[in-house]
Amino acid sequence: MSIARGALLALLGLATLSPAEADTIFVSNEKSNTVSVVDGGKLQVLSTIKVGRRPRGITFNHDQSLIYVCVGDDNRIDVIDVATQKVVDRLPSGPDPELFVLEPKGRLLYVANEDDNMVSVVDTEAKKIIGEIQVGVEPEGMGISPDGKFLVNTSETTNMAHFIDTSTHQIVDNVLVDARPRVARFTGDGKFVWVSSEVGGTVSIIDAATRKVVHKIEFAIQGVPREAIQPVGIQITGDQQRAFVALGPANRVAEVDAKTYEVKRYHLVGQRVWNLALSPDEKRLYTTNGVSNDMSVMDLERGRVVKSISVGGAPWGVIVKP
Amino acid sequence: MRGLFLLILAWAILSGASAWAADQTVTNPTAANPTAANPTATDPISVRIGYLTRAEEPRTPLTFLEPETDDEGAQGARLAITDNNTTGRFLNQRFELVEATVPTDGSVEDAVRDLAGQGVRLLVADLRKDDLLAAAAVPEARGMLIFNTRAPDDDLRNERCLPNLLHVTPSRRMLADALTQYLVSRKWSNWLLVVGRTPEDEAFAEAMRAAAKRYRAKIVEEKKWTFEDANRRVDTGHVTVQSETLTFTQAGEHDVLVVADEADAFGEYLPYHTWLPRPVVGTQGMVPTAWSRVHEQWGATQLHSRFEKQAGRWMRPRDYTAWMAIRAVGEAATRTRSADPAALAAFIKGPDFTLPAFKGQGLSFRDWDGQLRQPVLLAGPRMLVSVSPQPGFLHQNSELDTLGDDRPESRCRSR
Repeated sequence: MSIARGALLALLGLATLSPAEADTIFVSNEKSNTVSVVDGGKLQVLSTIKVGRRPRGITFNHDQSLIYVCVGDDNRIDVIDVATQKVVDRLPSGPDPELFVLEPKGRLLYVANEDDNMVSVVDTEAKKIIGEIQVGVEPEGMGISPDGKFLVNTSETTNMAHFIDTSTHQIVDNVLVDARPRVARFTGDGKFVWVSSEVGGTVSIIDAATRKVVHKIEFAIQGVPREAIQPVGIQITGDQQRAFVALGPANRVAEVDAKTYEVKRYHLVGQRVWNLALSPDEKRLYTTNGVSNDMSVMDLERGRVVKSISVGGAPWGVIVKP
Repeated sequence: MRGLFLLILAWAILSGASAWAADQTVTNPTAANPTAANPTATDPISVRIGYLTRAEEPRTPLTFLEPETDDEGAQGARLAITDNNTTGRFLNQRFELVEATVPTDGSVEDAVRDLAGQGVRLLVADLRKDDLLAAAAVPEARGMLIFNTRAPDDDLRNERCLPNLLHVTPSRRMLADALTQYLVSRKWSNWLLVVGRTPEDEAFAEAMRAAAKRYRAKIVEEKKWTFEDANRRVDTGHVTVQSETLTFTQAGEHDVLVVADEADAFGEYLPYHTWLPRPVVGTQGMVPTAWSRVHEQWGATQLHSRFEKQAGRWMRPRDYTAWMAIRAVGEAATRTRSADPAALAAFIKGPDFTLPAFKGQGLSFRDWDGQLRQPVLLAGPRMLVSVSPQPGFLHQNSELDTLGDDRPESRCRSR
């Protein structure tokens, strides 16, 4: 870069545009029945999309042209067109859907129906429920292996992670974890499944091949009572080196070495942090803080939270589009 | 003779099998195959839990908004067995509920002996204090673990504590502390206390007096409700209530009216009839309780939903405590993989036990008096107001232990 051009840029106060700043972040707000759209560059709310009642689970379709959001109190899934930012369609979901996961092939959505102890299988093209799998009491967490062959669903009151063969829709194994499991997340290589236990206060690492718990991560924060440490959301970086766990009323996110399972740091975010999402370039982590009604932006290169953005009432789920 | 024996055997197998099959309602027939990964498909191990109550007149609430109920407690127990069996399916465990109702004039001791004879060693007791103590004193009950899901009496946690007794329902002292923490944090520390005429009303009033002392609230005046209980339906009802209550509630300056009316005879008449405009709290108005329909936090929606589908009415506190007791057994069976009552009892009383019960944190039993430590809801008539312990009330071990009798003050010596 020539000195003149550098000087010109400095004069205009423009930093080199990094990809993270072009991201768009979508946040589901459980209480205000909306999805907030946040500009990753300006770190401001761009717009607010009205959806059905009690939106929680939120995910993109295979090419990120659409967003699916579970509106649990309306017993369906709303479909948002990303370009127009409007709800354009609905999908059936079974009763009281909270969380779901899209298979890698992009056609089937696996939805947890908390009231019925069931997982519903939704064909997004036919817009029909094509199957149901009976699981434990209060299914919630849904994780899918990178090859799409296995679905892991957690049952909150049965305290298990059920491994389901997606070709037969049959449960092939049930792994006991600590109390009230919420989120199930496969590592990028499909070798492990991380399961958070909200009341147990731990994260269990399950070997996906042997289906045995190989490690349990415990958390301890100076000055925070053990009961307040309630892990829910989990995200793992693509290189599988680092993992981030949202700790609920402890108001912090734990940064974990994903190989040694050692907790490296606790980052203070907003109140009652539920879930988190990495920016596609993994330079940022966004967290939803249910009680303080905001979203924290963590700069992963600097290793700290740089901003909190007010979103809707009781923010819950978060996804990021480059 | 042999034919009769075969007939009985066939009946026994079929009734057991049909009960087992009833728990297996599946839409996808291939999904109910939990033994796919287990090499031996053996008979499930069985855990038998007793539920004991005494026949009573149906509960008739003073307000017309709530239904009469005659199955409080039992419905909660049945839901918990269903929940346990949903999990048990995956672990080759089966839970069985043995319900027993002591007739109005019957002997609770006989009922306990009968249950013991049926192999029950884990017993949910939905009994008032005298019946509970009588039940626990039966020799056959020594080897049982008894869960008190009804009696809130503080002496059961203190002078009359027992080693084979765990208390799932909060004590009166816990309820009083939960309410008072909220009142003093709002600085509503001057009270008019109105007490009903039954011994239970007096017991709740006594708990509130103790809480006032503990948290430095002031009972400005205390009045006993002296009017006769009246039929709740009369065509000329409201005029008398309005004039009588108005003058009755005249008192010195106070912030709230605390009512002690466990018998539900008059407390519902107090709101909006007081001489000064003051909130009503206690056994009516804003109520400290283990459970309420207004509570939908921490996933409680799901429990209410399952209960209403099963029972056709709202879940009441006695249903919830019975549910918790049986879920405690289920949780122990899940973690120990055992059906041995002694092993389950040891785990439940031990340091690794935690019961998720839709109250935002795991619950456990205090080792000094067997009381389940738990958050207590402050329920308004239509919305949840708050949950105690209130922020700011600290404790060196668990903030839940700011409610009720803490270890150093416990008068329990028999455990």
